Amino acid sequence: MNALPPDGPPIDAAFLRRWLDAATAAIDREAPVLTELDSAIGDADHGTNMRRGFTAAHTAVEQEPPDTPGGVLVAVGRQLISSVGGASGPLYGTLLRRAGKRLGDEPVVGAAQLRDALRAGVEGVGQLGGAAAGDKTMLDALLPALEALSGALDAGGGTAEAFAAAATAADEGAQATIPLRARKGRASYLGERSIGHQDPGATSSALLITAFADTAREAGA
Amino acid sequence: MSASSSSANPGASPNAAPLVGVVLVSHSAAVARAVAELAANLTGGAAEVPVAPAGGGPDGGLGTSSDLIASAARSVDRGAGVAVLADLGSAVLTVKALLADDELPSGARLVDAPFLEGAVAAVVSASAGADIDAVTAAATEAYDYRKV
Repeated sequence: MNALPPDGPPIDAAFLRRWLDAATAAIDREAPVLTELDSAIGDADHGTNMRRGFTAAHTAVEQEPPDTPGGVLVAVGRQLISSVGGASGPLYGTLLRRAGKRLGDEPVVGAAQLRDALRAGVEGVGQLGGAAAGDKTMLDALLPALEALSGALDAGGGTAEAFAAAATAADEGAQATIPLRARKGRASYLGERSIGHQDPGATSSALLITAFADTAREAGA
Repeated sequence: MSASSSSANPGASPNAAPLVGVVLVSHSAAVARAVAELAANLTGGAAEVPVAPAGGGPDGGLGTSSDLIASAARSVDRGAGVAVLADLGSAVLTVKALLADDELPSGARLVDAPFLEGAVAAVVSASAGADIDAVTAAATEAYDYRKV
């Protein structure tokens, strides 16, 4: 009944669960790095918080696996809001829940639908936190990632190729936060002293986008 | 939402209109508790306002717990609205995220106010029977109180 979407191979609940596996593993592996970055300009808990949040989300999805891609994203978002404990909880939670709700109950979605859903989620992050591009936040990785994802899909690229481009853009965006002065969050209190450090939120955002790229590549999408 | 919920409040006289509830969200459980206690003790023997602290993170350390916030809001909801005050960063964002997803009682709102001064203003005005708009205004006006 479910014809393949015209814009690429299927993205279903299993795909999103593999993304969650990859994201949870990446956060777990990089948690010490995230915390170290956060100790330079924040309160030294980003790695610990993200690891707690993704571990809880992974467990919840394992125990009650949603049967739609939107359902997986909503479940992960819900867990992040309730278990991260820092600002990244409501921010990533809002991103994923809003994206999941945008996907609705469809069992299979295309890459363009996932992109549109992620864009809605990222807009939710901007609204919730009040940050804009260049404020040295997770948006400095997410916005270039969306742009690259869109550009690649619009140019006719496949899902794996498009997410690979998004991951590269997210990494570059995260690195480009180093010379920026923080304008949001605790780091903003440091003023000039926030310059010269990579933003931990932009760094974790790049990990989550890279997890999409890895999942799509392994799916042969 | 109803008269029965106000009569369930042991601090209210049976015929009094329900009072606005106040939730105090801090990164620190000790701060939330102490500010709630300070504000409650400044009401001067007026009606006992339902005040609940929601401090600390999911692991009990410093941080923000959405579950604590939601249960605190439910516990002080007498049907007259719930004023939620938050200290910083994730406390503010978590309240906003919960409100956006309708996970707090329907009359709950985030009040833009300084945490301690706003809490005192909110609790004192609520104890005098102010409605949620007046409690919100009193807490926000606490920003205008200059010390020098």
